[in-house]
Amino acid sequence: MNAPQTPAPQTLAPQPGPPLWLLAELTYRCPLHCVFCYNPVDFAHTPDELSTDDWLRVLREARAAGSVQCGFSGGEPLLRDDLEVLVAEAHRLGFYSNLLTSGVGLTEARARALKDAGLAHIQLSFQDSTKELNDFLSHTRTFELKQKVAATIKDNGWPMVMNCVIHRLNIDYIDRIIDMAVELGAEYLELANSQYYSWAMLNRDQLLPSREQIERAERITNERRARYGDRIRIFFVVPDYHETRPKKCMNGWGNVFLTVTPDGTALPCHTARMLPGLAFPNVRDMDVRSIWYDSEGFNRYRGDGWMKEPCRTCPEKEKDLGGCRCQAFMLTGDAAAADPVCDKSPSHHKVVEAVERAERGEVAVVERPLVFRGPEESRRRKAGLLQPGN
Amino acid sequence: MSDAATIIDTATTPHVSKRFRLQWEEAQQSWVLLYPEGMVKLNQSAGEILRRCDGARSVIEVVADLEQAFATTGLEADVIAFLELARKQQWVDV
Ligand code: SF4
Ligand code: SF4
Repeated sequence: MNAPQTPAPQTLAPQPGPPLWLLAELTYRCPLHCVFCYNPVDFAHTPDELSTDDWLRVLREARAAGSVQCGFSGGEPLLRDDLEVLVAEAHRLGFYSNLLTSGVGLTEARARALKDAGLAHIQLSFQDSTKELNDFLSHTRTFELKQKVAATIKDNGWPMVMNCVIHRLNIDYIDRIIDMAVELGAEYLELANSQYYSWAMLNRDQLLPSREQIERAERITNERRARYGDRIRIFFVVPDYHETRPKKCMNGWGNVFLTVTPDGTALPCHTARMLPGLAFPNVRDMDVRSIWYDSEGFNRYRGDGWMKEPCRTCPEKEKDLGGCRCQAFMLTGDAAAADPVCDKSPSHHKVVEAVERAERGEVAVVERPLVFRGPEESRRRKAGLLQPGN
Repeated sequence: MSDAATIIDTATTPHVSKRFRLQWEEAQQSWVLLYPEGMVKLNQSAGEILRRCDGARSVIEVVADLEQAFATTGLEADVIAFLELARKQQWVDV
């Protein structure tokens, strides 16, 4: 239309846009024990969770700063009995609210209350890869639980979205995973390959699939897409270890995503807390707008000013912004290095070697058992009894 | 594919699909379509068209309203072309 355009104000440095996506990690408590959990390995030491009033304030501040998507996750967010109160406030403020849950604890009464509170969407996840998914695939209790939850989701008129983290131990069952998602009436299915941080990094050698496994899984996914047509939309996210260019992590550091952890720490990405020498602000001390625009933690890796070679002069730097800072740090010890997934990185061989081990099937499943996430294990790690693997 | 057919004409009464929520975002100074874990940021024309698609008004009424609001004429072809695209994206149902 021909409405007059107001000229954009002149700015010197590019100002980041608003924190469009707010991820509210309400609790690290969780009834499950996933091998790929991305919660911090020392989660059992998390001090007090934010109170209801703290979260209500965070929601208001984030919305005022321009957040529009809000994800309630955890841990298992249903373990917070003020979830309905938070959802209602999010709705009142104009957020589009998403609940990321395993479904454990989603009774019909709670679903109804969440619906009344204005919850827009539930993502039903398969969280515990080895046990929960096996139980699901073998039609045991987990299948019945998901079936019940799926019916509840549909009865309340929510879109039925399922998410399953894929890795070496379940990727060969992808056909059955898809079929059963269809059986449950899922309209969307996200098959996300595990990313290797935190708990998943400890288990990386056991979880990384071989190239052949991935190719087969992609082929089967395409066959199923053709078979089921419009009934289900399937997203298949390949693991970046098998690529030669990194992902634009979180769509750019401090660009879109704002995570608030159970204790109120604000992070540009849910794993960023592992980065050394970076103080991340807490929502108890600082309001969301200042956190987003002014804090050191959010500004450190914004844009490309922090880059070193080979990224600094790389013609592709706009495309991936040097990849993931956490992955760079975990694999090279330097958070400002190029993500070693990139074949221009001098540490690319570390990724290649991990993939080659996976190709050769050298998984020490026996000598190095999977580390299940759980409070006991977390305390032991904190005490330094176990060293993270690499 | 049924997608190829053109089915929007001046008598159609389109509405924003149940799968999306259309809302004005002050911080972005634009209309957006929200859906599970995602957002489509609309340009001004798209936003002005979609906000008028309430399932009651026909395309011809939407066009008339837009032409009046923006003191212009001859928008019909553009509006229909956009709505065809929006239908294929499943933003609107008819
Ligand atoms: S990934 Fe698993 S263990 Fe970690 S929070 Fe989610 S459900 Fe719990
Ligand atoms: S060198 Fe750095 S910027 Fe260039 S493609 Fe690799 S990671 Fe991206």
